[in-house]
Amino acid sequence: MGHGILLSGSAVDFNVHGVFQYSFFGHPVWITTTHISILIVMLLLTAFAIAANRCMAKASEVPGGFQNVVEMIVEKLGGMVEGTMGQAAPRFQNYIGTLFIFILISNISGLLGLRPPTADYGVTLPLAIITFSMIHFNKWKYQKPLTVWTDLCSPLPPWLPIWMPINIVSAVAVPISLSLRLFANVLSGTAMMALLYGLLGWFATAWPAALHVYFDLFSGAIQTYVFCMLTMTYISNEIGDGTRR
Amino acid sequence: MDFNENFILGCSAIGAGLAVIAGIGPGVGQGIAAGHAAAAVGRNPGAQPKVMQTMLLGQAVAETTGLYGLLVAILLMFVKPLLP
Repeated sequence: MGHGILLSGSAVDFNVHGVFQYSFFGHPVWITTTHISILIVMLLLTAFAIAANRCMAKASEVPGGFQNVVEMIVEKLGGMVEGTMGQAAPRFQNYIGTLFIFILISNISGLLGLRPPTADYGVTLPLAIITFSMIHFNKWKYQKPLTVWTDLCSPLPPWLPIWMPINIVSAVAVPISLSLRLFANVLSGTAMMALLYGLLGWFATAWPAALHVYFDLFSGAIQTYVFCMLTMTYISNEIGDGTRR
Repeated sequence: MDFNENFILGCSAIGAGLAVIAGIGPGVGQGIAAGHAAAAVGRNPGAQPKVMQTMLLGQAVAETTGLYGLLVAILLMFVKPLLP
């Protein structure tokens, strides 16, 4: 430990590692720990989905046990989307629910000993780009081109597009800040726990569980909620009152 | 200009320390948000879940700038972009 963390880098380790390499049309491509943990998260979710499907196939009038849990999850997620998006909610419930469950399980997968997949910018950026595409798809679907142009030149009148570059920058900043927020939060938790375990050694037994509750459970749940909430807010801003142009 | 590797690492560490000073701003902002939320709950205890939701959302958005500072610090410490 004598060199400190800067020089040695061996005691503290929270980086993404390559597991094996293959050649993709001549380019070397790595399968990393992120892929592995994402696969494990996917397997967990798929197993849960199959179990839920089995359970709901023979659902009873009075729910009990597992059926209760499944119904509660669907109701809570549906209620969250309903409360934010209003009448546009039914078309987005599936996507937002999937997003919520995936990010939540990814964030708290640190508890299973995995490196959280969302602590890799390559995972959060695509999620934010999906949000970005949905925002702009719905913008062109629900607003007249003239309104879009007026919004783009927003504080100034539409025949004077001086302010347009600033608005374009702020539109592009949306996915970047969305993805960086999730990424940096999960990464900071991962880094903090790695520093703790790496530097304290045997002393870090049992009591770091309290920190896991904060960094993995609390922070992860809050960031999941924020990501979904912001996605819904941005999309429902573009939809407006829901009349097609 | 030819600098020793250790000199660059030391300067990176100082830079990382300076970068996380960015945490002051979000800290103050989140405190203000939480204080106003507490006042709102005191005035209208029935609205507690809604106030809580809004507070958490606003705090998480305010946190972003602090996280950028943290990101710069982590990059300086572990990716070491300044080393030749």
